Amino acid sequence: MAVDAAPRIGGRKRSQRALLIEGAVVIVLALLLIFLMPAVLSGFRLSLMGRFLALAIAALGIDLIWGYTGMLSLGHGVFFALGGYALGMHLKLQIPPDASSQLPEFMSLYGVTEIPWFWQPFYSFNFSVAAIILIPTLLGALLGYLVFRNRIRGVYFSILTQAATIVFFNFFNGQQKLFNGTNGLTDFKTLLGADVNDPQTQFTFYTLTVLFLVMSYTLCRWLTSGRFGRLLIAIRDDESRVRFSGYDPTGFKVVVFAVSAALAGVAGAMFTIQTGIISPKAMDIAFSIEMVIWVAVGGRANLVGAVLGALLVNFGKSLLSEQFPEIWLFFEGALFLIVVTVLPDGMVGWVRSQRNQLQALLGRRRQLVTYPSLEENPEVEREREDIGN
Amino acid sequence: MITGLFEALFNGISIGAVLLIAALGLAIVFGLMGVINLAHGELMMLGAYTTFVVQNGFKILGGPLFEFYILFALVFAFLVTAAVGFILERGVIRYLYGRPLETLLATWGVSLILQQFVRSVNWVLVIGIALFCLLFFGAMWILSRRPDFQRIRNWVVAVMLPLSLGIAGATGAFLGQSFQLAVTQPWFGAQNLDVTAPSWLRGGLPIGSFQLPYARLFIIGLTIVCVVGIYVFLQLTPWGLRIRAVTQNRSMSACLGIPTEKVDALTFALGSGLAGVAGCAISLLGSVGPNTGQNYIVDTFMVVVVGGVGKLVGTIVAAMAIGTANYLIGSGTLALLLTPVKPLADIFTFFATTSMAKVLVFALIIAFLQVRPGGIFPQKGRTVDA
Repeated sequence: MAVDAAPRIGGRKRSQRALLIEGAVVIVLALLLIFLMPAVLSGFRLSLMGRFLALAIAALGIDLIWGYTGMLSLGHGVFFALGGYALGMHLKLQIPPDASSQLPEFMSLYGVTEIPWFWQPFYSFNFSVAAIILIPTLLGALLGYLVFRNRIRGVYFSILTQAATIVFFNFFNGQQKLFNGTNGLTDFKTLLGADVNDPQTQFTFYTLTVLFLVMSYTLCRWLTSGRFGRLLIAIRDDESRVRFSGYDPTGFKVVVFAVSAALAGVAGAMFTIQTGIISPKAMDIAFSIEMVIWVAVGGRANLVGAVLGALLVNFGKSLLSEQFPEIWLFFEGALFLIVVTVLPDGMVGWVRSQRNQLQALLGRRRQLVTYPSLEENPEVEREREDIGN
Repeated sequence: MITGLFEALFNGISIGAVLLIAALGLAIVFGLMGVINLAHGELMMLGAYTTFVVQNGFKILGGPLFEFYILFALVFAFLVTAAVGFILERGVIRYLYGRPLETLLATWGVSLILQQFVRSVNWVLVIGIALFCLLFFGAMWILSRRPDFQRIRNWVVAVMLPLSLGIAGATGAFLGQSFQLAVTQPWFGAQNLDVTAPSWLRGGLPIGSFQLPYARLFIIGLTIVCVVGIYVFLQLTPWGLRIRAVTQNRSMSACLGIPTEKVDALTFALGSGLAGVAGCAISLLGSVGPNTGQNYIVDTFMVVVVGGVGKLVGTIVAAMAIGTANYLIGSGTLALLLTPVKPLADIFTFFATTSMAKVLVFALIIAFLQVRPGGIFPQKGRTVDA
């Protein structure tokens, strides 16, 4: 027993140290983003950075359900937009008391005389913040429950989420009186009394985005390590076997889908307030699939990869489409093909494989090639050491 | 009342027929390989563009032949999209079998490329691509006869890829410089194109106060021909037998000597060809543009999901049901019928536009899948849970 216990304690200590280092790195990066970036980047690039960091939050959610649990959702634009609309509605209700009409201007334009009932609660800031998280979560949970309960999965699930995107797009696009149709909600003025277009306020939003990103990362890291995370991977790799082992995957899938919907909602809200507009375009089919490609480029089943991928692809997109607007679609299409055929593990996976090869060249012991999450698992490492001894 | 009902039925069927002809190829491919082809809509779009080109060609020829260009266009559209589908299968999809989600993403990439391709295709682009293919694949072909090809393959790719790209790009730039607009002008551009239907497809068959448009009738007829043709092909020909065998059990078919790779390529080409025919059909209904395909993919996928992958009948029933439901709700017919029941009528009035009808139909589909998760005709047997 005593012999057995020794490496176990050592392993735990080591994993604790690794966790501490990771935490420190994350905090340093966040501080760099908040304090250094404003000095380095121009105002325009910085606001882009803020938006893309918001998108990275959504990418984390996608990674959670696709990278770890193997469910490819092509409908996260819905949750993203719902979060955006929840905040947008609150912002549209910030009407100065002395204004001629106490309605958002588009409503008076379409001849609405009274504020619709479901707009009422959005006067409250607290309710709106809760709605940003809760509406996508509940919708995700409901949709997920209805779909997963029947063991609908794989491509069927993807197609259904894609159809949901179209449905919500049609709904928001068609309701001019309720949501201003195609134009969406824009022209925001104040939030909690502060002018939202003021650079100082925008910088606060940027800082908040970074903080939310760190929090989301921590949440995902916590979910994917430990028992829950291993179950997710098990569901991805062989759902039937998980079922045979006595687990009911439905609950886990619903939870993880709802969490990722909530992340998308937060991302949508932060993106909306930094771009100053939320429109049904966010529920475009193309946008939802783009989210997946961020994760795929970064490296699926890898949280850092998801964040990196979101930033890289979006910066690439903004640079390329500034220079040659025509080429971007070719490039994006090629990106899909390359990532799927040549680089299934994304950039992070590629870097890792290069590192392994380098180690082999230097005469170090070559590690077994397995799927990436196995490499990070402390228990697997320990077992390897046990075998080595 | 009777004419009203007849009109509703006819419109429902004609929407259903468009859905069916678009979903037919998709259902076969999905049933056989489990592959979701997100580029299916873009293949339809290619079919519509082919129709446009053929139409212009016949316009130049002129004369009475122009009246029948649509028949040639059908054949050409089938051939062009089948060829594109074949290249797609051989070039990309066959490496991704067994990974349906990856296939989905890859075909989305292809669909983006195709969309942008028809927007910006011009002589320079075509010459450039042709030159690149000639150089790159030519070099690969010549070098593949060397005995040590496997060893040097990566180096060949690393050298030849930038080299061919560079030569092709430089040639394109040179051509663009020297011939200016003659070669750089896009063939189609980003705007929508209008296909003029031949005169015998314009107008309609009057029945009472109501007209049956000939174009719609033509599409219904075309759909029937396609369905019957596919049925005969699948049931009565040797290749159809092979396709059905592989659909039911791939590994057993392979064991019995059926060339599954050939079957895959053939089926994919066939499915793509059907998309081309569908594209030719939709070009009769309105103008077509680079985004045309996007409008159809979700609806057609819903048809496949509801119909189930087991049988062709499922696709037919699902297409008709979804088409009719869409029309009944979207046109407000249902709201009118339910006027006596006030609250129900109010609900249906709220959904009485084409786009809002889709919202309700999706809810109905989700509800339906609660009862029958596998669609109307689910595939039976042990392969289901694979």
